[in-house]
Amino acid sequence: MRKVAVAGVGMTKFGLSEKSQVEMFAEAAMEAITTSNLKPKDIQAVFVGNVLGDFEEGQMNIAPFCAAEIGLDPSVPATRVEGACASASVAIREAFIWVASGFYDIVLVGGTERAMAMGTPLATRTFAMGTDSRYEEFAGITFPGAFAMVAHLYSVKYGIPLAKLKERMALVAVKNHKNGAKNPLAQFQKEITVETVLNSPMIADPLQLFDCCPFSDGAAALVLTTEEIAKKLVAKPVYILGIGQGSNGPLCRQKDVTRIRAREAAARQAYKMAGLTPQDIDVCELHDCFTIAEIVASEGLGFFDFGKGSEAVEKGETQIGGRIPINPSGGLKAKGHPIGATGAAQAYEIVKQLRGECGERQVEGAKIGMTDTLGGDLATIVNIIYGI
Amino acid sequence: MQYPLTYKQFYEGLKQGKVLGLKCRSCGAYTAPPKMCCAECTGSNLEVVELSGRGEIKTFTVIRVPPEGFTAPYIVAMAELEEGPWLLGNLEGVDADQASLDLIGKKVKVGHKVIPPMRYSAGEGVAVTFSLA
Ligand SMILES: [Zn+2]
Repeated sequence: MRKVAVAGVGMTKFGLSEKSQVEMFAEAAMEAITTSNLKPKDIQAVFVGNVLGDFEEGQMNIAPFCAAEIGLDPSVPATRVEGACASASVAIREAFIWVASGFYDIVLVGGTERAMAMGTPLATRTFAMGTDSRYEEFAGITFPGAFAMVAHLYSVKYGIPLAKLKERMALVAVKNHKNGAKNPLAQFQKEITVETVLNSPMIADPLQLFDCCPFSDGAAALVLTTEEIAKKLVAKPVYILGIGQGSNGPLCRQKDVTRIRAREAAARQAYKMAGLTPQDIDVCELHDCFTIAEIVASEGLGFFDFGKGSEAVEKGETQIGGRIPINPSGGLKAKGHPIGATGAAQAYEIVKQLRGECGERQVEGAKIGMTDTLGGDLATIVNIIYGI
Repeated sequence: MQYPLTYKQFYEGLKQGKVLGLKCRSCGAYTAPPKMCCAECTGSNLEVVELSGRGEIKTFTVIRVPPEGFTAPYIVAMAELEEGPWLLGNLEGVDADQASLDLIGKKVKVGHKVIPPMRYSAGEGVAVTFSLA
């Protein structure tokens, strides 16, 4: 297996966009290609994460349009990848495997999404399509609802009074907004307080509006190539040291949803491939679609013991400058969550962090970074470890 | 290989007041809702059985912002059946605005409600319901 490098990355601003999904992808892709010191003709294959383009723009089979938009040759295979909110990370793993195996040398990968075009009722309905359609969707469970059930179970299981847990959950949102305020590409660049969260409308008890990430538009992309080629192209290649992906069934089959087994399996694969442990990670972008989701993810990745993640937030251990800085980009909460693009945007942040290009939100001296992306009802998890 | 108990058959069972599941002849575990293989050991030597329909609430939420086609507020819960499997459904007969963590651990009985076909569903659906026992 060949060592795989990220040569360049690109990303649009997240938030409401008047650009189409193809146009946003093209912007991110061309930034990734040109900062890799490549031309579109050098790309041998493209993988595009996209979840709900069919409902957002009536656009199916978006990948070949993305390829044509940036002038890729008709001989270049363009493939849409769907793994709900983890789509782009699933796509990165696909691209990684093709380059690692020697089948391709230079692959473009990313994602694009325009969820804000749907409006909240249709968006809530289509996001809920990530739920098991035979046995769970007819109960009207929503995506916030799934994590709301995680939060209630977490409170009871670990004996943390709900009011205390909610305060600590609010601190996750406060931290991520604080980081997002320093990210010019973030959807929300405004700090909030615990009161902002606790005074916001209830969405799915106990999750309030500011416990939830927004609907977003945006795109992100990266160019993957071999170590040898990357060294010739750019001054600071970033390498993929470990990668893993896991799968879970419907919520009822997962039972204790405070422990997301697909994540534990994916993280094990990634750590094993990299020959690293959670203690070796300097910075992490993880899937904070909801505040409780960040807490359980920080435990599932091994940064904290199970049941201790919320306390760690309160102690400031996940802030920039803390023991393990989590979501310096602002995370899904503040940076935004264009679902098909999120995994690529997490990779964008980690690559920039490892290159030392993050300005005010830079994690000083970061050499090893990790991404964690979750899709559906805790069903798909991808973990990737990057290093310089 | 023949599918042991389809979702349509599970729905029909609920409509007749029965919670159907699968019992594994290899490990003895129960699987509900049904699937192709045993939820515990993945074995496929399964027999269709009727479960007690009694269980206990493990977690819940109140949906305030519903998907298109649903009217909020309503309670979604997961309950553990006496035989081991968990089901996800709507807790009925409890005021959503009075729902609190005290619900967790409460004994419930499984029922059902028929959901008419909606946009993007393959026809009518049946949702599991729970009522306090
Ligand atoms: Zn079995």
